[in-house]
Amino acid sequence: MSTQTPPAEQVGTESDDSHSLVRSKARYGDALFSGISSGSALMIFVILAAVATFLTSQALPAMTSEPDHTGLSEVSALGGFWQWALPLAFGTVWSAVLAMLMAVPLAVGIALYLSHYAPRRVARIFGYLIDLLAAVPSVVFGLWGLMVLAPTLHPFYKWLNETMSWFPLFNAWQAREDGELRPVLAVGGQNMLTAAMVLALMITPIITALSREVFLQTPLLHEEASLALGATRWEMVKQAVLPFSRPGIISACMLGLGRALGETMAVAMILPGKVLVTFKLLTYNNPNTIAAYIAQNFPESEGFGKMQLIAAGLILFIITLVVNMIARGIIASRREFSGAN
Amino acid sequence: MKLRAVAALGLTAALALTACGGDSTGTPSTTESAPAATTSASESESTSDAAALSGEVAGMGASSMKVAQGAWTAKFMEDNSGVRISYAPEGSGAGREGIQQGKVAFAGSDEAFSIEDNKAGSFAACSADSGVLDLPVYISPVAIIFNLPGVESLNMTGELAAKIFKGDVAKWNDAAIAELNPGVTLPDEYIVVVYRGDKSGTTENFTDYLHAVAPSVWDNEADKEWPYTDGGQPAQQTDGVKSSVASGPYTIGYVDASAADGVGVAHLGKDGKFFAPDPEQAAAVVDNSELESGRAEGDLAVKLNREAEGYPIVLISYAIACAKYDDANTAELVKAYLTYISSAEGQALAAEQAGSAPLSDEMMGKVKAAIDSINA
Repeated sequence: MSTQTPPAEQVGTESDDSHSLVRSKARYGDALFSGISSGSALMIFVILAAVATFLTSQALPAMTSEPDHTGLSEVSALGGFWQWALPLAFGTVWSAVLAMLMAVPLAVGIALYLSHYAPRRVARIFGYLIDLLAAVPSVVFGLWGLMVLAPTLHPFYKWLNETMSWFPLFNAWQAREDGELRPVLAVGGQNMLTAAMVLALMITPIITALSREVFLQTPLLHEEASLALGATRWEMVKQAVLPFSRPGIISACMLGLGRALGETMAVAMILPGKVLVTFKLLTYNNPNTIAAYIAQNFPESEGFGKMQLIAAGLILFIITLVVNMIARGIIASRREFSGAN
Repeated sequence: MKLRAVAALGLTAALALTACGGDSTGTPSTTESAPAATTSASESESTSDAAALSGEVAGMGASSMKVAQGAWTAKFMEDNSGVRISYAPEGSGAGREGIQQGKVAFAGSDEAFSIEDNKAGSFAACSADSGVLDLPVYISPVAIIFNLPGVESLNMTGELAAKIFKGDVAKWNDAAIAELNPGVTLPDEYIVVVYRGDKSGTTENFTDYLHAVAPSVWDNEADKEWPYTDGGQPAQQTDGVKSSVASGPYTIGYVDASAADGVGVAHLGKDGKFFAPDPEQAAAVVDNSELESGRAEGDLAVKLNREAEGYPIVLISYAIACAKYDDANTAELVKAYLTYISSAEGQALAAEQAGSAPLSDEMMGKVKAAIDSINA
């Protein structure tokens, strides 16, 4: 399409030129544009390399240091950098996984409804709303989670802990040294489950918006063929839409996962985090996430402590990198079956 | 508005032009005369105001006084335009070293110099024959706050507080609490401790108290970080603790006393006498504590008596100045500044900005007399 527009423009702008359709002059515009766009593409590599260099140069001394090196007191209390960093990495991944478990089915469901079930008008209004939700700043989600969602859910958590404590994830009782069981239920509902719910809410619009676009691109012929074979609408979705869209859904999920892994403000506000590993959802002993930990501790730390925080940042960087590479791998291996080409 | 801006612009342009003209024509007389005139003007200004202070003085020390010192230095410099005064909140140890090594003219510290260390000659900032004066200028109370529906205050001893915060007392209706609070209906609910998750002087102040009054229960030294992290919920900053306690029934926490409104507040003491964390009660415990004996006149190190009448969880921060300076102007400046911060006005400013408890009149008098003795 773009190759056909220049002649049309030339007719308008250079109407006095008799050889308007002949490629005669060197096109500085073209050269400039291709220069800018390839420059921008290169810039991505430069920025990525700069970030990686900065993180690595700052982080290496912290990662290899002795445990008793003066830095963050929590690092020396736990007996070493990795004893401190791995629980944080766990918290980051665990919160993101919980958020994904809640967000993906919800988001795919919404997207399917919008693309294949809802009346056009409803779909349009809903689409606007979803986009609006994606634009809400994370600090607002954090405030809402802390002041509205968490206190509202607290009675439910209490009930859950009392009636379903046989289920390990909902168990918020801890034995003291003398064997006495004490409740360790989080105050005001500020626990991992609330934080994951808010994270899920934050990534749902991203996954929804992208999945909807992908669903809408399913070739009409595939859908019609499926329906013509006697499939119900759900069977048609299962046979035609989902296989076609799988790589798209995965990319959408990875974008959402990326946001969940790196989300700082909302988690820092809602989750009273500690450096530990636990799968329990309702206690006040919650594993903190890397991003929130950095945000909470950067202002007060100095010198070597800052380097340790940057090293944690490098770990987060690597986690997101690995997640994205896995996603790329999945998309690449599924491409030939998807029918998208 | 617009007109004035244009006029100002024109004026500046004109000035710039004349300055340029002076340069290019090479007539130094005109360009030199202007600065000469301004200096003479400023000199006459300062001489006309005979008592006005001028010069620069630096202080360093305890970060507990950071906010108060910030407010004090700003106000002092506003009132005395010729003075530059600074306070670097690097920590008590850094402040004490600073005055020993002569880096700063005065220091701030949460601890007074010991008698052994406070010897003439060991302070590079002072005259060779001078020691330093420890002057209590900042009292900061910490309140224990809790959330029990329908209960506004509870009596506690230091030991009970230590047991509650350590988790040794599990429920609100524990006999140890009920015994001190006859007539209060205590619920059969577990106590949830909320502590500061970030490093904090408040935590240090509070754990220092718990360790001092109940060392057998609270076996950890004072620290900026909460020691028993297993048994409680962390919260960020004073606001975080406050809102967690305010929103969660059956919780207990600790905050600077200035933030303890709208929640239940513990009264501390023993033997039937319990004191609220009011500024007056905080100042009273300092007054009722003895000054350390064996010190030079004007060296006012308080031996804080946590059992004395008054509210016991207080932090006393000292301003540390030389008894005698080599430089008369430095002595004047330090005296003027310390006089200001220990005055009723200075104390009121700190109370407003940092939530400290103002010194009592009695203590203010002692500090004033000590400051007046500073000389050069």
